[in-house]
Amino acid sequence: MVLQAPSAAHSGYSTERIMHRVLLATIPGALALTWHFGWGSLINVLLCSLCALACEALVLRLRCRPVGFYLRDCSALVTAVFLGLALPPLAPWWIVVVGCVFSIVIAKQLYGGLGYNPCNPAMVGYAALLLCFPMQMSRWLVPHSLLPEDIHQPGLWESLNLVFGAADWIDGMTGATPLDVLKQQTGMMIEQVYASQPVFQQAGWAGVGWEWVNLGFLAGGLWLLRMRVFSWHAPLAMLATLSLTALVYWDSGSSESFGSPVFHLFSGASMMGAFFILTDPVSSATSIKGKLVYGAMIGALVFVIRSWGEYPDAIAFAVLLANFAAPTIDRYSLPRSYGHARRGTKTSGDGDQ
Amino acid sequence: MNRVWDTPGGIHPPANKRQSLTLPIGYPKLPERLVVPLIQHIGEHCIACVTIGQQVLKGELIGVVDGALGTSVHAPSSGIVSAIEARPVGHQSGSLAPCIEILTDGLERWVSRPKTRDYRQLAPSQLLERIAQSGICGLGGAGFPTATKLTFNGAVPISTIIINATECEPYVTADESLMRERADEIIAGIGIIALLYDNTPRLVIGIEETKPEACAALLAASHASAIEIVQIPSKYPSGGERQLIYTLTGKEVPSGRIPASIGILCINVATTYAIKRAIIDGEPLISRVVTVTGKACGTQRNYQTLIGTPVQHLLDHSGLDDSRLSKLIMGGPMIGFDLPYASVPVVKTSYCILAPDASELAPTAPERACIRCGFCAEVCPVSLLPQQLLWHAKTADHQRLEEHNLFDCIECGACAYVCPSHIPLVQYYRASKGEIDAARADKANARQARQRFEFHQLRLARLEREKNQRRKARRAAAGSNPSPSSRIKAPKASIMRLSSADIIAAAQGRTTEKKPTAEQTLNKLRRNVSTLQMRLEHAERRLAAAAGETADKQNSLRATAEDARQKLHRGEQRLTEQYH
Repeated sequence: MVLQAPSAAHSGYSTERIMHRVLLATIPGALALTWHFGWGSLINVLLCSLCALACEALVLRLRCRPVGFYLRDCSALVTAVFLGLALPPLAPWWIVVVGCVFSIVIAKQLYGGLGYNPCNPAMVGYAALLLCFPMQMSRWLVPHSLLPEDIHQPGLWESLNLVFGAADWIDGMTGATPLDVLKQQTGMMIEQVYASQPVFQQAGWAGVGWEWVNLGFLAGGLWLLRMRVFSWHAPLAMLATLSLTALVYWDSGSSESFGSPVFHLFSGASMMGAFFILTDPVSSATSIKGKLVYGAMIGALVFVIRSWGEYPDAIAFAVLLANFAAPTIDRYSLPRSYGHARRGTKTSGDGDQ
Repeated sequence: MNRVWDTPGGIHPPANKRQSLTLPIGYPKLPERLVVPLIQHIGEHCIACVTIGQQVLKGELIGVVDGALGTSVHAPSSGIVSAIEARPVGHQSGSLAPCIEILTDGLERWVSRPKTRDYRQLAPSQLLERIAQSGICGLGGAGFPTATKLTFNGAVPISTIIINATECEPYVTADESLMRERADEIIAGIGIIALLYDNTPRLVIGIEETKPEACAALLAASHASAIEIVQIPSKYPSGGERQLIYTLTGKEVPSGRIPASIGILCINVATTYAIKRAIIDGEPLISRVVTVTGKACGTQRNYQTLIGTPVQHLLDHSGLDDSRLSKLIMGGPMIGFDLPYASVPVVKTSYCILAPDASELAPTAPERACIRCGFCAEVCPVSLLPQQLLWHAKTADHQRLEEHNLFDCIECGACAYVCPSHIPLVQYYRASKGEIDAARADKANARQARQRFEFHQLRLARLEREKNQRRKARRAAAGSNPSPSSRIKAPKASIMRLSSADIIAAAQGRTTEKKPTAEQTLNKLRRNVSTLQMRLEHAERRLAAAAGETADKQNSLRATAEDARQKLHRGEQRLTEQYH
């Protein structure tokens, strides 16, 4: 059999361009993180990028693949940026290195590289770190507006010293995140929690700093949606399910409540998860129906883990669980193709005008 | 009034049609040699009915159909038959095909062309006969024999005839130029088709909004007729048969069935023109309009091209700049295929020769891994999941491929067009379809072999039984009437008496006897070929009769037919080899 060459016409769209756009879209979120929590996130991102590229190059070399060709697709960089933004700012350098090794080497390249990884590499790295080093991974900085008067936010040089262990942490620099606070609420009404905690007192609608970080990722995500990098189905299903489940348990803010829908939407990694993690096409469900189910599943899992789980935030675990479910979801969410019967109806066949 | 339905997916590649429409349809000078393939379409090979050295006239029948499915071929110009042999052709299969080469004499002497002004008086069967004799097949791409198509009649009578005037593929303007310049004849052709049906079916021309001039010409030509002209939004592949049917009627052709199963017939606009020429002007299909375009061509325009004209001749005529040529494509940039060499002839289904330079069609970028971005699924006009199909194609998971409706793929290439990883998706699907077809044919063969074997066993058992019965009967007879056994021994004894030398000589005699002469082999092969032809005919008839059957049944019949066709092809090849 002679295989004919493929049609030559092409839209000119490329994997690199998708990755570049995703990288660009993380800028608002990254800026918000930096504004509120200092240089830590940017240092994370930079370290992650260097480390991820090195890991990727090394494994590609070992797998006898063309290193330059695969590095140019920027997928390692995207994973690195996601991981860097997800890690707590000023995480020790070795956390970053271990995270990158987990993400790139184990979760991605050992499965065959881009396109073959069953799980989101950044989330595998994040979850592994969370399980191995819970203390370092839950040490979040206090947003600069809430710092005690005698402590200032570390500058660039100080931050680098902290990351590489050349300086010591000061107690007042770290504090509970809004999700932590709500998790540890001891029988107080939500209103009381809001009144007693500065992280809520000074916030607009969800939590100081976090609401802006989430807004930043929301903006980036909407831009990606506009650029048609991904479809709206999975993010919307996730956010809608998260809001709905939160709404069901809201009961106007009793001590049993887990926070309002708005609080859940703009806390932790909700927006980053919805627009940057869920939308990783490789590991998610692929048909439209499948994406809706996949997104809804993550939304529900996030609320369940946040409310009744051990960990304050839940995006990583929810996404990983849904990643495992994705092939099954795909199996049962085939679209109706042209000329096939709609479910429960007969195709217009003979004698059927 | 004329509602149009929106098909899912689709893409909007740059049209690139204007450049080939600046000039009217041209006539290239007569090539010295015309190479007419004996197969140009879906269906069977023709059989050459001329001999080498024979003088032929323009329009003379040179290849006859020998089966249910096929179209005859005619000499595109007058001259001498200089060769009948296998030549490379620009066919999807990319292989050699038997061709008739004609050395043209430049005189363009026609056979008699019986003009028929009163074609309305002809009976549908006579019209169909003329269409079949004129060698008309679908000129839109697949080349299905038109006369066969026009006789399709399932359980549902044909209620709508759709004339496909969309021509949605970029660069291609063959149909558009034809509509602009010869709308009258197109409309006349549609009128002839309508005569074939006594239930006055609805006649609809589906044309893209982006062809206002062509549309105006058709409107002007059809004002006195019942033909509807419906403008549809421009998007690729709106001109796919099943897509156009849905766009115009809101009906979907059931998977694995033909449009006739829901009472719809879809015919390309150029085919209706050919029908008009055949019936009214008495001209068989010996030329067609071909778009020659691409920046590597000095002149980009449409040519009324004789079938069999070498592509190189057209390119030379268009002032091809070889140094700018990035690749040579037969067909459009979406579903066309690369031509390895320009010596191949234009056939009835060649609508475009694309000679782009590197700025128009960049060399194919290296393929990356699929990241399941799903752009392909968004643009798929059939609502398949190309990304999943690719996955299963790579793992050769035939069951999953069929679950994902691989065979509904129309190979439009929209998925590959948008694929950011530059994966030639359609190639994977074609290869998988081929594999599955082969596996089905194997299965059918195995089933047949098993049935034969079982029948053979049954027959042996029966013979054994009968022998036993006879023996019993003889024994019973012998018991009553014993006879001497010397009579049986006699021949055995005669063998015993032969010397060993005699035995060797006898054996040699047998071997020489067994070695057939070339003449005998040829006859045997001829017999073989004719048997195979009959078998194929039989299979085709059964397939045609099974139009209303289940997809499974049809597929198995199709597999049988395909197998027979391949065997016939091999038989013919052996026969040709023996000739030399």
